[in-house]
Amino acid sequence: MKKEPIIHVKNVSKSYPIAGKEFMALKQIDLSLNEGEFAGIVGPSGSGKTTLLNIIGSLDKPTQGDAFVLNKDIKALSHNEAASLRNYHIGFIFQVFNLLPVYTVFENVEFALLLQNNSAKERREAVMRALNWVGLTDHADKRPDKLSGGESQRVAIARAMVKAPKIVLADEPTANLDSENAHEILKTMKKLNQELGTTFLFSTHDEKVMGYLDRIIHLRDGKIEKDEKNKL
Amino acid sequence: MKLELKLAFRNLFGSRLRTLLNVLVLSFSFVIIILLNSIMDGWNQQAQKDSIEWEFGNGHLINEKFDPLDPYTILDGHDKMPEENIGLTPILERQASIYPQGRMMSVVLKGISSEQEILKLPTKILKESKEEFPVIIGKRLAESAKLNKGDRVQVRWRDSKGTYDANTLSITEVFDSNVPNIDNGKIWIDINKLWGMTNLENEASYFVVDDKFKNPELSSWNFKSQFALLKNLKDLINQKKTAQSIVYGLLLAIALLAIFDTQILSIFRRQKEIGTYIALGMTRLRVVRLFTIEGSVYSVLALIVGSIYGVPFFIYMSETGFPIPPADQKMGIALAEVIYPVYGLKLILMTVLTVIISATIVSYLPARKIAKLNPVLALKGKKQ
Ligand SMILES: Nc1ncnc2c1ncn2[C@@H]1O[C@H](COP(=O)(O)OP(=O)(O)OP(=O)(O)O)[C@@H](O)[C@H]1O
Ligand SMILES: [Mg+2]
Repeated sequence: MKKEPIIHVKNVSKSYPIAGKEFMALKQIDLSLNEGEFAGIVGPSGSGKTTLLNIIGSLDKPTQGDAFVLNKDIKALSHNEAASLRNYHIGFIFQVFNLLPVYTVFENVEFALLLQNNSAKERREAVMRALNWVGLTDHADKRPDKLSGGESQRVAIARAMVKAPKIVLADEPTANLDSENAHEILKTMKKLNQELGTTFLFSTHDEKVMGYLDRIIHLRDGKIEKDEKNKL
Repeated sequence: MKLELKLAFRNLFGSRLRTLLNVLVLSFSFVIIILLNSIMDGWNQQAQKDSIEWEFGNGHLINEKFDPLDPYTILDGHDKMPEENIGLTPILERQASIYPQGRMMSVVLKGISSEQEILKLPTKILKESKEEFPVIIGKRLAESAKLNKGDRVQVRWRDSKGTYDANTLSITEVFDSNVPNIDNGKIWIDINKLWGMTNLENEASYFVVDDKFKNPELSSWNFKSQFALLKNLKDLINQKKTAQSIVYGLLLAIALLAIFDTQILSIFRRQKEIGTYIALGMTRLRVVRLFTIEGSVYSVLALIVGSIYGVPFFIYMSETGFPIPPADQKMGIALAEVIYPVYGLKLILMTVLTVIISATIVSYLPARKIAKLNPVLALKGKKQ
């Protein structure tokens, strides 16, 4: 029996009105991801990578077509349902980290769990486990402004992973990191993917990232150009 | 709600300086509002008490031809005391001139029984004095006429037939009262003496009544209750209060503006943070609530900070009082040199509620905008 894909994008287009005309950022995208994949959308700047990730992440809605995530129709979700989907099942990692500046590392990672009303003990265990995955248990009480770029992105990974989500969407996670830190981060994510079976979907134009991906989806001008297994 | 409160505190304590400034500004207006109001209330109580004790008693029974506000009615505004005179202390007013240091000064001679106890005036001294014409005056007249205790001064008055007579008064006491009305231009003398001087035996311009007075319908006498007499005073104080509320309004407005401004700036500057909250699974409504609560928490913190320095300050003020500059004491209403603020529970509760509610409203108004933000743009940090 063939498994249902965890992400299923059918004929999705996204257009923005610009200067009175419709600008097509995504054009009839078809894409499926199975659980546990470690895949990346690769393409030049402006090709629509972030737009596609945002639709899959239920932060945005397609103009045309349907996107199903965990069998949920993104278009049909209410605000609250979308919030809940993100809270429980989707982890986000951003290019610029987006850590909450006034919170400590611990509190940043804890945030999603607070929304889930977990007990303080459960939260503490989960946060420390997640910080352990990224090797930052010693930095729990630091504020983000005291962290290096690599450390910040690792906090972001812990924050995305702490709730054990089904999917992690990482939008150019290495763009602001040096080569050494980029490799660190990628190794960490790859390891989590293998150990926990979490599905990862990247957007990138970084060669280093491509080296780690199992599957590369080439995007250009809002269209999928090529979708290939990556020979590692 | 609990979570938003927790997060609001986290955010506020996280951004220390901004929070501290807002809280200080708000707590300041808070303390000032309570203090100013308490001083007004203290003044009100003091002025009422003093006026009752020194001037009003339980009310005045006034001759129908006599208008205390019109000096021209003094001449004819008097009459024989009624038969039924339980609880009545007669006061007769007569116009006269005194000549301190060769100057002429118009005054009112006020005859009062030296045995009376209804008013705080030290009239006993009039009985004890060995002088021929002993009188007492207040500190204000003493100052304006440059008269001291023990001084003598020439007086000229007219008797009932209009004939001028003159004699020498001895100042046996200068009393200190907060009520200018019984002091400025008033000379108090034993009523028996005044009757003799003017041939107006058993006549009075008005009576101060005490609690034994039954208020019978008396022809040619009008009764003005204590309440009615106090009304002028209350009106005046309320007028002052209204004028003052503009000051509080302004103070509060400044504090609220600071919060409003912080909120608008926050929502503008914290776009990325808002986008992150939403990406992490917070609903927009909850983010609106979070920002609103952040604003009202300012007022709660301001309350706490305000009490930390406000309460000792209030206690200090209630012990030492609030000194009134001499210029203000000439205002013509009962105003002590020092006013002791009176802190009413109602006043404090009202102020607390007003501050918290208005802080919440000014926080909510800009926060509503969050519900309309596009999370994708917010995450990019695009100003929307
Ligand atoms: N809100 C918007 N309004 C108008 N145009 C938009 C909006 N968001 C994105 N676009 C346009 O859609 C296209 C795709 O944008 P997107 O951000 O998805 O590209 P990207 O592949 O992520 O690029 P980058 O590598 O630079 O991040 C771009 O041309 C962009 O200008
Ligand atoms: Mg992008």
